[in-house]
Amino acid sequence: MERRHFLRASVGFACCAAGVEVVALAAPRRIAVEARKFQFTPSEITVRKGETVTFVLTSVDFPHGFSLPDFGVRKDLIPGMVLEVTITPANAGRFHYLCDNFCGDGHDRMSGILVVA
Amino acid sequence: MDGIDRREFIKLAGFGGLVFASGLPGCAHLAGPGGGDFHFLQLSDLHWGYNIASVNPDFAGTLPKAIAAVNSLDQKPDFVVFTGDLTQTTDDPKLRRARMQQVREMTSKLNVPKVWYFAGEHDAALDRGEAYQETFGETLRYTFDHKGIHFIVLDNTSDPAPILGEKQLEWLRADLAKLSRDQPIVVLTHRPLFSMYPQWDWATRDGQAAIDLLMPFPNVTVFYGHVHHENHHRTSHIAHHSALSLMFPLAPVGTVEKKTQVPWNAAAPYKGLGYRDVGAGPRREATPLEIPVKA
Repeated sequence: MERRHFLRASVGFACCAAGVEVVALAAPRRIAVEARKFQFTPSEITVRKGETVTFVLTSVDFPHGFSLPDFGVRKDLIPGMVLEVTITPANAGRFHYLCDNFCGDGHDRMSGILVVA
Repeated sequence: MDGIDRREFIKLAGFGGLVFASGLPGCAHLAGPGGGDFHFLQLSDLHWGYNIASVNPDFAGTLPKAIAAVNSLDQKPDFVVFTGDLTQTTDDPKLRRARMQQVREMTSKLNVPKVWYFAGEHDAALDRGEAYQETFGETLRYTFDHKGIHFIVLDNTSDPAPILGEKQLEWLRADLAKLSRDQPIVVLTHRPLFSMYPQWDWATRDGQAAIDLLMPFPNVTVFYGHVHHENHHRTSHIAHHSALSLMFPLAPVGTVEKKTQVPWNAAAPYKGLGYRDVGAGPRREATPLEIPVKA
């Protein structure tokens, strides 16, 4: 069974042996982020503090960079490839992500905001 | 500056025509506004080809104005260095070359003994510096010596990623190995070597490796561009000075959420635009002095 399907089928809830506690173990929310000259889609992402999320990163037209410096994350997005990055923000705030591979005239405005509420 | 407040000297010099006060008490070595044995000028971030009038309605006139101001100086600098982003980037290779040729022609009017150039990411990142080298005939990284100071030009822009790269770091290591520890060094580069604000792409990923190589030398100063506003920072004893732009200012970190070009202020035209005069000498730290473009 594909791992993703197995997770969906089995980990929605986990009951402890004593039957007195039910803990939600949902898989991380997956958020697709597409890079193309000269924007990220979406350009603003909102997550909850403490929520584990996985960014599914793709690029359409250039080896854009995906850099989220406040979380120590940076990747090169090669067109045709899919990369995943998982984070669990511990603090609320507004954090920049940006393309950090120079990609052309609109490079300087190719950025987005991660809102941790 | 020895014996005179630097701001006071600026007032005395009056800028439109700099007068070098070598006869002032305590200024025996004063040959430039920083009090060095000589001075040179740093012009940066021309972005020739940029044409957003709400940010700079005089986009075609600001560089010629600066060149005229330099040519009017009573005390000629020993040289002028352009620290990158000579042109606004374009995907069109022909237009890129045309813009560079225009910059070359305009800057040839500088009446100074020598002009040095190097590339910014707008010039070089899309073709690994091919058009830049064709037009300006400079290599992307090089060294030169002038009146006791060793100048090192580092390239952190011809790769689309903001890096120096292992090959260049090895080149730097080999160059520094030839120097005595008391050799004064000025590093010229486009992006900040230190991690100024990577959230806005104001950093060189492996810049710290270059700083580490420079650390054993007690007299090192770095002049750079890229951030379009004046910033002074130290990593240990090494001073890092960013230059003003000659096309548009960028707002400093902490003043706006996103990287922002500062709109034109009709009440204060050319505000935030300018160039730099550096006083330098083998016995002192190279000292910058910002010179605004005047209306």
